[in-house]
Order: sequence, then C-alpha cells, then structure tokens
Amino acid sequence: MPSSPRIGVITYPGSQDDRDAVWALAALGADAVAVWHEESNLSGLDAVVVPGGFSYGDYLRCGAIASFSPATAAACDFAREGGYVLGICNGFQILCEAGLLPGTLMRNASLRFVCRDTPLSVERSDLPFTSRCSPRQRLVIPVKHGDGRYVPPADLDPEQIVLRYLDNPNGSVDAIAGVCNEAGNVMGLMPHPEHAVDPLLGSDHGAFILASLIDAARDRSLTAA
Amino acid sequence: MRATILVRPKPGILDPQGEAVGSALGHLGFAVKDARVGKVIDLDVEATDATEAKATVEKMCEQLLANPLIESYEVEIAQ
Repeated sequence: MPSSPRIGVITYPGSQDDRDAVWALAALGADAVAVWHEESNLSGLDAVVVPGGFSYGDYLRCGAIASFSPATAAACDFAREGGYVLGICNGFQILCEAGLLPGTLMRNASLRFVCRDTPLSVERSDLPFTSRCSPRQRLVIPVKHGDGRYVPPADLDPEQIVLRYLDNPNGSVDAIAGVCNEAGNVMGLMPHPEHAVDPLLGSDHGAFILASLIDAARDRSLTAA
Repeated sequence: MRATILVRPKPGILDPQGEAVGSALGHLGFAVKDARVGKVIDLDVEATDATEAKATVEKMCEQLLANPLIESYEVEIAQ
C-alpha cells in the first residue's frame, strides 16, 4: 500500500478554506494536517498548502500581512529547500506578497466579487501540481474572489504560466489563472481545486491538481526516507 | 512626529476604482478626463528628527505599505 504523504495546510486568523483543503487532501489519500499560523517548524511535512480566505482581514493589500507570519516564513524556507508549496486564492496572494511567486493580484476589473465555475486551460502539465493533467487539458474549477486580477512583472517568463482562464472572470493580464516560480516547486492559483474534488459539488477537476501534488509529495517523502 | 504616506497606483496599472469614480463624476456633470484612486496612511512615528523619520517611513513603505510592482509612494513628515 502506498504511503500517505503528510501535507500541512496553514490556518491564519481569517482563513476560511483551510478545513476544505484538509478534507479534500485527505479524501484524495494524503495525511493532511492543519498548521497554525504561529508555527515556525514545518519539519515532517512533505508539502504545504496555503489556503483561501481573508488572512488577518486582508487589510492594506490582500495577503500583505500574512506574508510575514511565522508559518509563511517557514513555508518560504521550506520552498527554498525544494519543498512543494501550493497557494490557493488568498494563499496565492500571500505567496506573491512574500516574494515566492512573481506578480500580484489586484481588484477584479469589474469591481465585483465573482463566484462561479470557470473553465481553465492547463499550460504546463509537467509540474508537481499538474502531472496528472494532459497538455492543454480543459479543467472546470470554481473561483470566488474580489481581488483576483493577476498583474505579472514585466519580465515574467511565459514558461511560468501554469493555468489560463478560458473566460477571464477578473481581467487578469493574459488571462493568467495560475503561475509557478522559476524552479517549478511553488505554484499559486486563484481557482479553488479543494472545492472541486467530488462530482456532487459540480466538478471533480480540482482533484487533477491536488492529486498531482499528493503524488509529488509522496515521491519526495520516499526519496527523503 | 506625524508622517503622511500617499500610495498611488503606478501609471499603466489598470485602476477600475479610479475609472468608476471618474465615470460617476461625469454622470454628476463634472468634466473629468482621468481619475486614479490611491490611499493615504497617517502615522505617528518616534524619531529624533525629520530626516530619521523619513528614512524609517521609507523602509516601512518598501517592506509593507506599498507594493513596488503596482504602487508608488510619497512620504511627507510634519513636526
């Protein structure tokens, strides 16, 4: 029987999708654990998920305050050592503010909160987060955010674009829905894969992303063991 | 020492809030060609003089108060 990789999901004050992420990862076979935001020791984890919500009230800019919490700093160290870190929605905003991912996320061009299923195109299927996807696969995963307009730095390498919207719901530059760092071990996306792991919820396409991460985390734990 | 920080969206960055404000002013009959919305942050800073206060506040801007990718900032110090 394959082992269950241990994946930590950070809970900040104001996180709201942390428990869904733990549930979804566990449903897909991971040993998923909640990690409190004051925790600065992430040893024993095979991957880290930074979940959605409104960390620390999202005051000033989304993710700005969470970007230097102890658990985020530990996640940055974990990533620098090659660990896999996935940021979802607010988690994506936090990883951008922390400098682990390029660019930033701003108010939706419509100034409206969007909450609906969005079709996506997989631009990179060779990453620890997308290995279960086929090239250009179409995924349907819900978004729910008011600040999801991705603004890349001028020098963004197109190779870092992992997902694109097929119906850009927020005005993101080049319809970018998800990006990775240069090394490919950190990814952020605005859609919520943890809300789409069971057909009863309308789509199970989120499992392509989360199960890819679980595969990669398992390989990493076996290599380290 | 009182510090006032003006944070603005950089030129070229889409500012839908500014567009909405400009459009609303147009509906009220005002001739507005362009509107951009930023934010003001007022701080009471401990410092011995204005130079030290400004240097400290600029560090705050770099580390937290502004995101250099999308925002510019100006610092004013009042005794």
